[in-house]
Amino acid sequence: MNHLAILPLLFLLSGAILAVLAGTLNKNAPQVVAITATASALIASMLGLRTVTQNGPISYELGGWPPPIGIEYTLDTLSAFMLVIVTFIGMLIAIYPARIAFDHVVRRNVPVYPLTLLLLAGLTGVMSSGDLFHLFVFLEIFAIATYGLVALGGDRGVFASFRYLLFGTIGSGLYLLGVGFLYFSTGTLNMADMAQILPEMAGSTTILGALGLITTGLGLKMALFPLHIWLPDAHSFSPPGVAALLAAVQVKAGAYALLRILFDVFGPAYTGSAGLPVAQLLAWFGMAGIVYGSVLATRQSDVKRLLAYSTVAQLGYIGVGIGMGSRLALIGAVLHVLNHALMKSALFLVAGGIIQRTGLKEIARFAGLGKRMVPTMSGFAIAALSMVGIPPLAGFWSKFYLIWAAVDENNWAVALVIVSSSMITLVYFLRMFETIFVRDASEAIVANAKIASPTVIGTVWALCTAIIVVGIANVAIVRNFVGPIADSLIG
Amino acid sequence: MIDLFLDRYIYLFVLTLLAIGLYAVLAKTDLMKKLIGLTIFSTATFLFFIEGSLKEDGTVPIIDSRGSDPTLYVDPVPHLLILTAIVVGVGILGVGLALLVRIYRAHGTFDEGIIVSHMNDEDPHGVPHYPGGHP
Repeated sequence: MNHLAILPLLFLLSGAILAVLAGTLNKNAPQVVAITATASALIASMLGLRTVTQNGPISYELGGWPPPIGIEYTLDTLSAFMLVIVTFIGMLIAIYPARIAFDHVVRRNVPVYPLTLLLLAGLTGVMSSGDLFHLFVFLEIFAIATYGLVALGGDRGVFASFRYLLFGTIGSGLYLLGVGFLYFSTGTLNMADMAQILPEMAGSTTILGALGLITTGLGLKMALFPLHIWLPDAHSFSPPGVAALLAAVQVKAGAYALLRILFDVFGPAYTGSAGLPVAQLLAWFGMAGIVYGSVLATRQSDVKRLLAYSTVAQLGYIGVGIGMGSRLALIGAVLHVLNHALMKSALFLVAGGIIQRTGLKEIARFAGLGKRMVPTMSGFAIAALSMVGIPPLAGFWSKFYLIWAAVDENNWAVALVIVSSSMITLVYFLRMFETIFVRDASEAIVANAKIASPTVIGTVWALCTAIIVVGIANVAIVRNFVGPIADSLIG
Repeated sequence: MIDLFLDRYIYLFVLTLLAIGLYAVLAKTDLMKKLIGLTIFSTATFLFFIEGSLKEDGTVPIIDSRGSDPTLYVDPVPHLLILTAIVVGVGILGVGLALLVRIYRAHGTFDEGIIVSHMNDEDPHGVPHYPGGHP
């Protein structure tokens, strides 16, 4: 069953092509193709996750050329885990009504579903590739798809997309330069092969230069503070479905690539004490991002902008986890990738549901919505409480592991930052709760709002159920998946 | 010092190009100039790869009468990588230009400051317009 390493990618890529063709026949056909492709990819990734946890990593030789020469696809627990997250969120976005997910009546000449599938295919490629240059190509594939999707958000979306294009391309350019440094010093592009050669030259300045360039490039892709400047615009002006996809899974591709390259390729050059203080910098910038994102989120009046700034803060948690680099911290970071994907996409889809029925984005005008749109807003409440970190919801556990890791290392700054950021998150969500659930409707649009359409409620509640299940089954998830991932990253 | 310069001068050019590109992207207010800066930046990356693969008296990597001794020919892999990266770069440039066309049609200028103030005046929250609120 070696093909499991490449199957999710193939489903999504062929789905993207099929969706273009289907779009010429019928305007609803692309959505059907997208749902089928993402569902098949989800099944393939879940099978892959089961296989790799039982039998160990899968290696797939593309075109039959064996690894150091040919391109290798590797599926281990980390990539399979990420693939399940990506395809699950992708499937829900495909099911979500196109009219609000993309802010557009689906027309023949706007290929929204092919672009979405291409974005997902790019992410899948990043997560299953075992070759540094191949990873670069997939970084660019999903980036191009993202620029197109962000540009759907009207005038401001186009401008945000252009800015994102500038920063995204510089990020991948820096990554490519770093890969060049590595290639000219080791003569290979295969990750596993390079990991064997690198420890001998761990202290060389070329390798350290590559480490700095790759970390900066992927930091830009992941929007780690202070390289996040493109994120708030791109996420708040793109249509709700796109924003959910971007915040939930797209920025995680950068986080995944950082984890993979720092721990599996660089290994001692990164974790060892010699050379650049990359790990400490990641942890400090992560903390700065948590504080910055949380504080700015409290000052936003627009719901999608609030969520975008909160994404900056949540990515900071992942950066802190990668920076601390201990087993507990890595468990926290990987868990947070999963939890944040579920919570933030649920919140963006709720925002889409509100826009569908009322067209409102300003939080102050949401007064009374809690009584009108009960199923959607109770979903909002669950996702928001999980963001704050109320046990037993999913969001509690990643913060718990990060704080545990911090206390374990006597790194009280991290613990303090995480706890105080949770308090700030609590403040801004409590303010929203008060507006939404306690106040009475003051506007005609709200007073007459109908409950959201069944697909909106269905997708939001699928995510909320996942939040609750992941929270309650946390011990099993850590024991079976996340723990082994952290062990293999460190070991 | 001068030897070091003579040995590595091509890398200094690459570095200068990278700096020019990055400066244009970050400091210019004209969006078209930013895109030009981006192109300079990525071209410098390509040059770095091609330069790194070069060898004194190296020839094309084809096995002929001189045998297959790898020290005789130029490393073909970076050329291959850069061929791919150029294609990717063309794609990015195309998307960037398409976005610029849309921006220019909406605002009639490439000046970032004017465009931002336009957008802030017209549409402070970027709220999508749904007539009546019920699509």
